[in-house]
Amino acid sequence: MSVLVFAEASEGKFKKAALEVVSYGKKIAEQLGTELVALTINASNASELASYGAQKIIKVTQDNQESFDAKCTATTIKEVALKEAADVVIIDSSSNGLYVAPIVAAQLNAGYASNVIDVPSSTQPFTVKRKAFSNKAFNHTEISTAVKVIGLAKNSFGIVENSTTATEEDFTSTATASGVSSTALNKASGQVTIADADVVVSGGRGLKGPENWGLIEDLAEVLGAATACSKPVSDLGWRPHAEHVGQTGKPVASNLYIAIGISGAIQHLAGINASKVKVVINTDPEAPFFKAADYGIVGDAFEVVPQLIEKLKVFKANN
Amino acid sequence: MKILVCISHVPDTTSKINFTENDSAFDSNGVQYVINPYDEFALARAMWFKEKQGASITVITVGNAGTEPSLRKALAIGADDAIRIDAEATDGFFVAKQLAEVAKSNGYDLILTGRESIDYNGAMVPGMLATFLDYNFVNACIGVEIENNTATAIKEIDGGSETLSTSLPLVLAGQKGLVEEKELRIPNMRGIMMARKKPLSVVAAIETEATTKSVRFEKPEEKSACKMVAASDIDGLIDLLHNEAKVI
Ligand SMILES: Cc1cc2nc3c(=O)[nH]c(=O)nc-3n(C[C@H](O)[C@H](O)[C@H](O)COP(=O)(O)OP(=O)(O)OC[C@H]3O[C@@H](n4cnc5c(N)ncnc54)[C@H](O)[C@@H]3O)c2cc1C
Ligand SMILES: Nc1ncnc2c1ncn2[C@@H]1O[C@H](COP(=O)(O)O)[C@@H](O)[C@H]1O
Repeated sequence: MSVLVFAEASEGKFKKAALEVVSYGKKIAEQLGTELVALTINASNASELASYGAQKIIKVTQDNQESFDAKCTATTIKEVALKEAADVVIIDSSSNGLYVAPIVAAQLNAGYASNVIDVPSSTQPFTVKRKAFSNKAFNHTEISTAVKVIGLAKNSFGIVENSTTATEEDFTSTATASGVSSTALNKASGQVTIADADVVVSGGRGLKGPENWGLIEDLAEVLGAATACSKPVSDLGWRPHAEHVGQTGKPVASNLYIAIGISGAIQHLAGINASKVKVVINTDPEAPFFKAADYGIVGDAFEVVPQLIEKLKVFKANN
Repeated sequence: MKILVCISHVPDTTSKINFTENDSAFDSNGVQYVINPYDEFALARAMWFKEKQGASITVITVGNAGTEPSLRKALAIGADDAIRIDAEATDGFFVAKQLAEVAKSNGYDLILTGRESIDYNGAMVPGMLATFLDYNFVNACIGVEIENNTATAIKEIDGGSETLSTSLPLVLAGQKGLVEEKELRIPNMRGIMMARKKPLSVVAAIETEATTKSVRFEKPEEKSACKMVAASDIDGLIDLLHNEAKVI
């Protein structure tokens, strides 16, 4: 018996989501009275996971897993799950996590619950709470198979330090390259992504045109935030599609979401509801977004945002 | 090229989400059902292949008779035939097993699905289906070209995109980018008329167990009212975000 978490390393380092699944896995291991095992692939600082509760760290260091290959990673997770007799396998909701988890579940003949936001409310039967209907509701799902795969929603549990002493073990997977190979990576380095960001600054059609996006970018820069936009803004080509958030775009689960010149249509809200604190700046006091927001300013973005940027600069310098 | 497009039949994006029977069932009263938005991109890309490179398109859904309007709509858009696997689609694993069974016996070169269904947001059927079939699989696909047996697919990743090289048979879980919004298809009158004559076969589900079960639904707590800050009081907003919300 054990709980296995896949702690994904990106360029050798753990992202927040990896530390979050370890923290979460620790809690489930306690509930089940078993050991927490963490699997890492080509991580340079695997020992770090002991600080979040991992009792056994399994290290795969293989050249053929240097670049991410979903099926190969999934097979490695499966092999370790079988070797460690894992009852529960936990995977994060990064783009790689979402790619790998259903493959792992199918390989292990395991029930899979994605978008899970809390520890099981009961382990017998094994019941978890997950997001459904694009954040408009939750579903309590029972997983009935012997092995259970959980996809943990981003920022739903948080990172909890829990220092333990861990054993470390090397493992060699038999997984070979799948029939899907990477030929090019197009990724801006050094930029905060919507997926990882604590703060997201988002602009809508109220900003009138792409030439005004300096406002959004400057505000994002002071806050160390990622930039995002509403769907029409990307449809109009003002911003790249990858920035479009909402029900049919990227989901946002940041600590702070600042919406500027966005009306707050139901499809937009569905994708950003999981953010903890929402601030809205809009000229129209009747904009539906105010009903979903925590803090609101009725005002013109072109007047409010420059002031906000200047005052935040001062604030950041003093804090 | 034989293409299979997997269609899930979901409540429209503007639907009010309510539950009945002690919160154990989704209340479909007054809810308009549509083809899952991601699947529309998949279908439109399939049409592109059909028109530009020559392909046949089968659309398939696992669901009860109530899902047939979505299949008819897909036929009206231009799919050649439709299959409904007669079972309640409650568990992604179960659905993927059903789809795999039909796909295995009919042998498709390309299976297009959406990235996720907007109702249960499982994002599990495509990966499971590919695994059961042992086909190549690309998730979150935002572009694909196929030449003979080789496919070049672009995948969205956190903070960018990645180009992948793979081969048929292939399962792609797609989204916007497969085609652009303006290239989505709306059925015209002729298509609707023709769809009535196109074959829609109903096949029995195979015996396979569900791995998960929905126990109960819950709605999020009512939000407390938004705190309004005057446009002239930016310091007040910063103070609230720092001291009250503790997010900056
Ligand atoms: C199937 C489907 C899926 C969809 N999916 C998504 C999705 O995933 N994400 C998404 O965002 N949308 C989605 N939509 C679109 C959605 O319904 C809305 O049309 C869209 O969110 C509106 O974008 P907006 O708020 O930027 O623009 P608008 O609705 O035009 O709102 C602009 C706002 O800016 C305000 N404004 C104007 N000038 C200023 C100013 N100077 N300063 C401050 N405020 C100003 C206005 O008062 C207004 O509230 C979807 C729609 C459908 C049908
Ligand atoms: N009941 C179903 N019948 C056919 N295809 C489905 C069904 N459910 C899901 N799919 C396909 O799988 C994709 C992902 O769905 P899901 O795993 O449910 O989030 C959808 O976009 C569809 O293409």
